[in-house]
Amino acid sequence: MIYREAGDFKTGYREDGQTFPIRLDRWAYYALIAVAVLVVPFVIDDYWASAVILPFLIYSIAAIGLNILTGYAGQVSLGTGGFMAVGAYAVYKLMTAFPEISIVIHILLAGGITALVGMLFGLPSLRIKGFYLAVATLAAQFFLVWLFNKVPWFYNYSASGQITAPTRTVLGEAVTGPAASAPAKYLICLGFVFVLAWLARNLTRGTLGRKWMAIRDMDIAAEIIGVNPLTAKLSAFAVSSFFVGIAGALLFAVYLGAAEVGEAFGINKSFLVLFMIIIGGLGSIFGSFAGAAFLVLMPVFLKNLMTGGLGWPTDLAAHVELMIVGAMIVIFLIAEPHGIARLWALAKEKLRLWPFPH
Amino acid sequence: MSEAAVLDAAIVDTRPVLMDLKNITLRFGGVEAIKNISFDIREGEIRAIIGPNGAGKSSMLNVISGFYIPQEGEVWFRGEKRGPMKPYQVARLGIARTFQNIALFEGMSVLDNIMTGRLNRMKAGFLSQAIWWGAAEREEIENRAAVERIIDFLEIQNIRKTPVGRLPYGLKKRVELARALAAEPQLLLLDEPMAGMNVEEKEDMSRFILDVNDEFGTTIALIEHDMGVVMDLSDRVVVMDYGRKIGDGTPAEVRASQAVIDAYLGVAHD
Repeated sequence: MIYREAGDFKTGYREDGQTFPIRLDRWAYYALIAVAVLVVPFVIDDYWASAVILPFLIYSIAAIGLNILTGYAGQVSLGTGGFMAVGAYAVYKLMTAFPEISIVIHILLAGGITALVGMLFGLPSLRIKGFYLAVATLAAQFFLVWLFNKVPWFYNYSASGQITAPTRTVLGEAVTGPAASAPAKYLICLGFVFVLAWLARNLTRGTLGRKWMAIRDMDIAAEIIGVNPLTAKLSAFAVSSFFVGIAGALLFAVYLGAAEVGEAFGINKSFLVLFMIIIGGLGSIFGSFAGAAFLVLMPVFLKNLMTGGLGWPTDLAAHVELMIVGAMIVIFLIAEPHGIARLWALAKEKLRLWPFPH
Repeated sequence: MSEAAVLDAAIVDTRPVLMDLKNITLRFGGVEAIKNISFDIREGEIRAIIGPNGAGKSSMLNVISGFYIPQEGEVWFRGEKRGPMKPYQVARLGIARTFQNIALFEGMSVLDNIMTGRLNRMKAGFLSQAIWWGAAEREEIENRAAVERIIDFLEIQNIRKTPVGRLPYGLKKRVELARALAAEPQLLLLDEPMAGMNVEEKEDMSRFILDVNDEFGTTIALIEHDMGVVMDLSDRVVVMDYGRKIGDGTPAEVRASQAVIDAYLGVAHD
């Protein structure tokens, strides 16, 4: 009754094409941004930042990136972990080589480098599709992890083989290294999430997004309409890898602080992000956020419930948690193969007509 | 031949040639799908390609749209010889098509499908699209207006935001026509636009095809099995059988041709 589009008249195509065509959605969006910027930084503590909010924000970026490639352009990738590693190692090399330059620029450059690497590994997509492409990107995953392990130049010849983020500041506040405070880490991640989500939305609603979706839905028809499959696929790989690389850079520099490539960016990462977009909803920016929230929050919630609420021993809780999350993924895929984004859209559609559905 | 038909034929023949196909031969391995066929398509006409199943009609359309490259022969478009091209380059020349089995983008809305048809008219750079400022937004709005005119023209206003996957068959065919029209092609290729339709839908589609030809002056080449429709719609007809051209002319001429009658009705073997 309150949530409706009746009376909200559009007088131009600009208004008709806006991201939140319904007034209440727009308000909710502005309210969310206001809370995220004006309230959360003052109440956030280290536990919330490291257990929930930072991983959610960083994986949202990775999920948006993979969703551009897989959900919008239809190119399956199992190389997300490897591409995140490229972002992480790129930002590490830049941070240590040019300490006087802002970390924000380093993170953006790391994204750019990952985009180039992604395009390189995207070349096979011009010839192969589906499962075969997935296997090709899987090769990228293993190759990149192997490369960062084997070539000491990438980890600056450190004895442990680990990379460790030195302290870097933005506007005088430390955002990386041991001195960084929770609000500072939160705000830098939030900034990247906000800008990148906005860019993703713009790219997917315009000409480029339509090219990607056309290739995804029917590549032969797309080509006959005038889509060049080479540029469409490679641009999807580039943009996607840019996002994933930034997510990797933030995960290493801001969130983890120190990382070992096999552990932090292994095949598990690739699957985690892939599950996020499948559960959240392929081809949806909102779905990327929803999937990241689901897979970050659900384990934390279950752990707190079982160890805190029920008093179970930690190791038992950890095993049960894995089983429950796994089962929920399966149930979800059976019940709603189009993900949380679809559930959300259906709920909104119902709500729009409620309480008079006819 | 009636007097009107004679008059029609005379008018058609004075129009300049838009596409000229010269001695086209197309082989798949040892099979010759098209054997040394020549015909032309004149500006502003509706040109039908008919023939029994397996005659090579769809292959012919694929040669015109650049999807197949013939082993022999030349394709001339707007007075220039067309070299071997990728399908997306042919699209940029101003040739659009629909498919026998609908080839829409099922995951996208009707509006997005039709907007995709205007890809070649949207030139905004990557950065402009990324920040949705300047050229990208301006183009989006201009092209949306053009797409809305096509939506009005084909009477599909009420489904513009529906995902294509949810539409019934007849409407999908119409959306596909809309997507092809959105490119404002000089030459529109329709591969069995009325296959699987009931009489009413066929009448609607025929009306749209005539209107497109009339209002936009689009040259149309179509493949169709329904002889009634072909004879009513088209200015000239090419008849194919087993990869050969067995007839070419106005509907009345073609209908009277003994070779065509033989191909369609069979010949007594004695």
